[in-house]
Amino acid sequence: MSAALIEAREVTKVLNGIVPVTLVQGINLAIMPREFIAITGPSGSGKSSLLYLLGLLDLPTSGDVLIDGRSTTAMTEDERAEVRLSRIGFVFQFHFLLPEFSITENVALPMRARGLLSSRAITARAEELLASLGLGDHRHKMPDQLSGGQRQRVAVARALANDPPVVLADEPTGSLDTMATSQVFGILRDLVTVHKKTVVAVTHDLELASQMHRRINVVDGRLAKTGGMAPSLTH
Amino acid sequence: MKLVLTIAWTHVRRRARQTLVAIAGVTTGVGFSIMMAAIMEGSQDDFIRTLVDALPHISVTDELREPNKQPANIIYRAAEFHGLTPEVRRPGIKNPMATIASLRSWVPGALTPSVQSKAVLRFAGRNLTISVIGIDPRTEADVSNLVSHMRQGTLASLYRASNAILLGDRLARKIGARVNSNITLASAEGATMNATVVGTFHSGFRAADETTGYVLLKAAQILERQTGIVNEIRVRTRDPMEARLISERIGEQTGYKSISWQEAQEDLLSAITIRNVLMYTIVGAILLVASFGTYNIISTITHEKTRDIAILKSLGFRDRTIRSIFIIEAVMIGLVGAILGWIFGYLLTRGLASLEFSNPFSDNNHLPVLYSTKHYLLATGVASISSLVAGYFPARAAARLHPVDIIRGAT
Repeated sequence: MSAALIEAREVTKVLNGIVPVTLVQGINLAIMPREFIAITGPSGSGKSSLLYLLGLLDLPTSGDVLIDGRSTTAMTEDERAEVRLSRIGFVFQFHFLLPEFSITENVALPMRARGLLSSRAITARAEELLASLGLGDHRHKMPDQLSGGQRQRVAVARALANDPPVVLADEPTGSLDTMATSQVFGILRDLVTVHKKTVVAVTHDLELASQMHRRINVVDGRLAKTGGMAPSLTH
Repeated sequence: MKLVLTIAWTHVRRRARQTLVAIAGVTTGVGFSIMMAAIMEGSQDDFIRTLVDALPHISVTDELREPNKQPANIIYRAAEFHGLTPEVRRPGIKNPMATIASLRSWVPGALTPSVQSKAVLRFAGRNLTISVIGIDPRTEADVSNLVSHMRQGTLASLYRASNAILLGDRLARKIGARVNSNITLASAEGATMNATVVGTFHSGFRAADETTGYVLLKAAQILERQTGIVNEIRVRTRDPMEARLISERIGEQTGYKSISWQEAQEDLLSAITIRNVLMYTIVGAILLVASFGTYNIISTITHEKTRDIAILKSLGFRDRTIRSIFIIEAVMIGLVGAILGWIFGYLLTRGLASLEFSNPFSDNNHLPVLYSTKHYLLATGVASISSLVAGYFPARAAARLHPVDIIRGAT
C-alpha cells in the first residue's frame, strides 16, 4: 500500500466540446504526509484543474486518484463527498463564505454536515479555530463585516473544521494585499509545521512557492519540473 | 436534517420580499380555492336539500314502465299485429290502500296517497291553469314539508269546507284571492267545482307557489271524475340517499312506475357532476398558477445560490442534502401559504356568505356556502404537492451543478 496521502496515476482530464480541450495530461504525482507543496505554472496551464482532481472535486477522464491508497475512480458521488468532508479541506482564491451565516456558523458547516459532534462541541471548536487564527473577537460577525484577509482566514478555519489531513488551496493569496498574503501564508505554513497537516497550494507567486517544500510546475497540463525542498522547511 | 432546515430557513428568511410574494401566491390560490369549493358545494348541497325537501323521495305513479301488451300479442307471440285498437286502461293505481298497506310493511319511511290533476282556476274573471293535488292531510305531513310552508290556515283547514283548497301564496296574490274567497275549478274531464280558499302556503319555489293548489283526495277524485282513484303514492324515506334502491324495489313489487328523486332529477344531478368537474379544474388551475410563483422563487434562489451550492458541494455536502434544502424551502413556502390561505379562504367565504341579494327562484337571499374541512385539506394537499413539484426541479438542477464549473466561473 502506498504511503502517499494523495496519489495521481496517469491522470488526464479532457473537456469535451466541439473542440476537446486537454486540461491535464498523464500526471503522476504522490503527495506525502506533512508536505507543503506549491503547484505553479502559467495561467491556463492546468494547475487548478490538477488541484480539483486531487481534491475529488472533478473526475479524471482517465487515470486514477488515490486517497490514503484507495482508488476513487469507482467511488459513488456520495463516497467522494464523504472523502471531501472528512479527509480534505479546501481554500479558494475568493473566500467563498456563505453570506447569510455568521463566520462561526460558516466554520461550523462542515462539522454539522459530518454530524459527529454535538451542537455545543461544534460551536466550541469553530470558535477555537477562529481564535487560533486571530479572529476570536469577530466570531459573531457576518462575512461582509470582515476584511479580505480576515475572510480568507475564516475560509482556512472552515477548511480545518473536520481536522482533515490535507488542505488544498487554490490561489489562497491571489486576491489579498501584501500584509494579508503574508498572514495567510504564515497560517498555511503553520498548518504544516505546527499542526502536521499536508498543504498543497496553487500559486502564481514564485517567491512564496520557493518557501515551500516542493514545487510542482505545470505547463500545458503536464508536469514540467519538480523543485526541491526549501531549506527553512526542512524537517 | 437540522442543518438542512437551518440553511433552508436562512435562505427564505434572507429573501423576505421574494418569499412573501411566493407565499402570497400560494395564499391567494388556497384562499380562492377554499372559497370556490365552499360556494360550489354549498350551493349544490342547498340545491339538493331543497330538492329533497320539496319533492317526494319516491313517487309511484299509475304509469306502467312498459305499455300493456295487446291480448293478441300475448296469445300469438310469434306474430306481429298492426292496426289493432289499443286496450283502454283505467287510470289510477289499482287497490291503492292495499298497495300502500303492503308497502308500509317494509318501506323505511312514510307513504301517502295523492291525486294529481290539472284544472283551470277561475276567479274574478281570470282563468289560470293550475296543478290540483288531492292529499290526505293526516299523512301528508309525514311526506312533505307543506305543514311548515303554511302561511295562512293549516292542513286541517281542508276539512272546514266541503270543497276547500289551499293556494300557493303567489297564486292567491296573482288572482287577488284571500282566505274564504270562492273560486271555480274546471278539470280536463269536464268536472266543475266551486271551492273555498281556506289557506295559503309558501314553499319558496316560485313555480310551485304560482301554480299549485291542494285539496282533499275526495275533491281531486271528483275533478278526475273517478271515485276512489289514486294516481300517485308519495314516499318519504328515512334516508333520502336510499331512495333509488327502495324505488327500484317498489317498482318491482307493484309493477308501477316508481321514480326516486335522484332518477327524477338525473339531468340536474349530471349537471352537478359536470359542474364539480369544472369546479375542481378551476380550483386546480388556481393552485397550479400559484405553484408557478413557488417555482419562480425557488428557481431564483437556486440561481442566486449557485456559488453557495458549489461551496457546499466542495465541502462535502451530498447531492441529496443540497436537493433537500431547496425542496424544504418550497415546502415551507407551500405550507405557510396554505395556512394563511385557510384564514384568507375562510374570511372570503364568510364575506360572500354575508352578502344579500335577491334570488328570482327561491327565498334564499344569501349565498349558500359549505364549511368543510375537506376543502381545506384538499387545497393544502394540492398546494403542498404543487410547491413540492415546483421546488423539486430547481432543487434537482441545483444538486446536479458541477462545483468546478461554478468555482472556475467565480474565479
